[in-house]
Amino acid sequence: MQVIKNQQLIDNHWTFLTDDAPLVAGNISVSFARFQQEKAQLVAHNGNLGVRISPTNAVSELVADLPQLALVELDFSDFADGRSFSQAYFLRNRYGFEGEIRAIGSYLADQAFYLSRVGVNAFSADNLPQTQATLNDFTVFYQ
Amino acid sequence: MYQYNHNDQILIEERVAQFRRQTEQFLKGEISEDGYRALRLRNGVYIQTHAPMLRVAVPYGVLNTKQLHKLAHIARTYDKNYCHITTRQNVQFNWPKLEQIPDILAELAEVQMHAIQTSGNCMRNTTSDHLAGVGIDEIEDSRPYCELIRQWTTLHPEFDYLPRKFKIAVSGSLNDRAATQFHDIGLHLVTNDAGEIGFKVLVGGGLGRTPVIGQVIKPFLDKKHILSYLEATLRIYNLFGRRDNKYKARIKILVRETGLEKFSKLVDAEWALIRDGLEVSEARFDAMKAHFEPLNYDKKAAENITFARYKKENKAFETWVSYNTLEHKIDGYRVVFLSLKAPDTPPGDLTAEQLDAIADLAEIYSFGEVRSTHRQNLVFADVKQADLFQLWQLLSVEKLATPNIGTATDMICCPGLDFCSLANAGSIGIAKEINELLEDLDYLHDIGDVNINMSGCMNGCAHQSVGHIGILGVDKKGVEWYQLTLGGSSANEAAIGERLGRALPKNEITQAVGTILEVYIQQRLEEESFLDTVKRVGMEPFQEKVYASH
Repeated sequence: MQVIKNQQLIDNHWTFLTDDAPLVAGNISVSFARFQQEKAQLVAHNGNLGVRISPTNAVSELVADLPQLALVELDFSDFADGRSFSQAYFLRNRYGFEGEIRAIGSYLADQAFYLSRVGVNAFSADNLPQTQATLNDFTVFYQ
Repeated sequence: MYQYNHNDQILIEERVAQFRRQTEQFLKGEISEDGYRALRLRNGVYIQTHAPMLRVAVPYGVLNTKQLHKLAHIARTYDKNYCHITTRQNVQFNWPKLEQIPDILAELAEVQMHAIQTSGNCMRNTTSDHLAGVGIDEIEDSRPYCELIRQWTTLHPEFDYLPRKFKIAVSGSLNDRAATQFHDIGLHLVTNDAGEIGFKVLVGGGLGRTPVIGQVIKPFLDKKHILSYLEATLRIYNLFGRRDNKYKARIKILVRETGLEKFSKLVDAEWALIRDGLEVSEARFDAMKAHFEPLNYDKKAAENITFARYKKENKAFETWVSYNTLEHKIDGYRVVFLSLKAPDTPPGDLTAEQLDAIADLAEIYSFGEVRSTHRQNLVFADVKQADLFQLWQLLSVEKLATPNIGTATDMICCPGLDFCSLANAGSIGIAKEINELLEDLDYLHDIGDVNINMSGCMNGCAHQSVGHIGILGVDKKGVEWYQLTLGGSSANEAAIGERLGRALPKNEITQAVGTILEVYIQQRLEEESFLDTVKRVGMEPFQEKVYASH
């Protein structure tokens, strides 16, 4: 599987573990709930760590852990739920997270430009070329 | 008026290209129905009963002659030769073809116009006072601030998928003519004790199903903080506004459920973290104000004597002057209202021929600018008194001089069941009946200042809940009925109208309005206005007569 990262199509190097899946070595991401429960083991595992958050999770609760994380996935269950945009803003601008912020789930290809403007730098999607093309829809903006 | 710079122009052209591509992909099945719906709404495209409807943004109601000619061209080429002015100062086309909308948007972009964020759950067009810059009660011209807000709201990446729509209105005058108390955020330019200009900020106002009067959240906000305070408010709304029920998703519900004090604390905490980084410099304000410098007024305009003579000699002209013109900041000039409420036309509608004529007249008589108003009329803001007599005659030819501004036939009216897929009942037909009922001008003028607002459904596009007389269309088992309210107002003393009683069938509603006005005439004391009479005598005398005779 491929993803878009920093405008380029690259191979995906991350695996998402469901809440009951055993820990494996390598780059793994887990749910916000699992991360909260198994923080110590997850941080100690052999490989990079990511967290998958939904729009209802408070990103402020991740602040202290951000140095341990290489990836935050913003999981869209509904493209109309714009909270993910503010979550990305907080992570990138307020909390200074420098790792990968990846949009996943049911967002629209045509939301990728706005997402990139609030700090999302990676996109997982079924329609990667379409998503990638929208990233350059605008060359000017006001904010 | 504001002139686009290179980047402003590039932005709207890139938006047209984006929407053209999105529409093509949708028509080829490459974008889902739901996804395209969200995208087209953010470009002003609704799907209506008969055809798509396109809502074009008119930022704070200001149009130039080139733009008017373009609207005429669009009406002629892509629509059925007319357009409609909305209560939020925008322009709607009711009959475009979906596949032609990108072409229409490209035509609009040629004259610095667009339809960005005129619908959908995002920040909408910023509206304002149609007398900005010319009103005698002005504290400061609101237009530079509106333009600053327009730019900040346009394609804001974080706030384009809000829980619900979000409307901002700005007033720079003592008298609120922009219904700011019924906006998600209402901004009033005010002066503090030190003589500095800032904003009184209101939050949580709104109409629709649950009308609420906005509450003051900041009595005085230093103007340099305007964008940071808006951003903080929008961020709190985006994060905490309800998304489980679209009827409870507006910021007014969040403010009500959280409580103003707690909501205000949340905003302040967020604001404290961002305000230093988002300050608007004096230089930026000055650059914006330079776009709205006072016009090159004729210093000798007041010396003209023919105006007074014509008024004395011509009763009809005198009547028009007293109803359809207002005092101007500059001596010798007046503000002229073009009434879009001629007896036999749907309120707020304009034909292509009228649009062209208005553009030509504005060029000659009003510095080439026109404004749209909250009550769905147009304004020539800067007309020399010496020109009024001639202008009146020319406007009369175009059926734009009905002397009824502020009277009972100056109705706000939505498109209703005739065009809108949401409507429960017709409104244009009732407006016509009311016009026929009040065709005697002397009677109409005797009634005086009465706002009748009529919406075809609960969504309340015509702001019926703040009409002095409100008429709301309701559906009862497939039959059109109408609910009356009295005593609403969107002016300074904002009020939500009270229900008169049970709904009335279509064939009785116009007569009921007539009865209400008769009761007012009987009950009023000397010069007392309709609204004051309703306040004083209450609902009973009206209920008695309306329901006794029906």
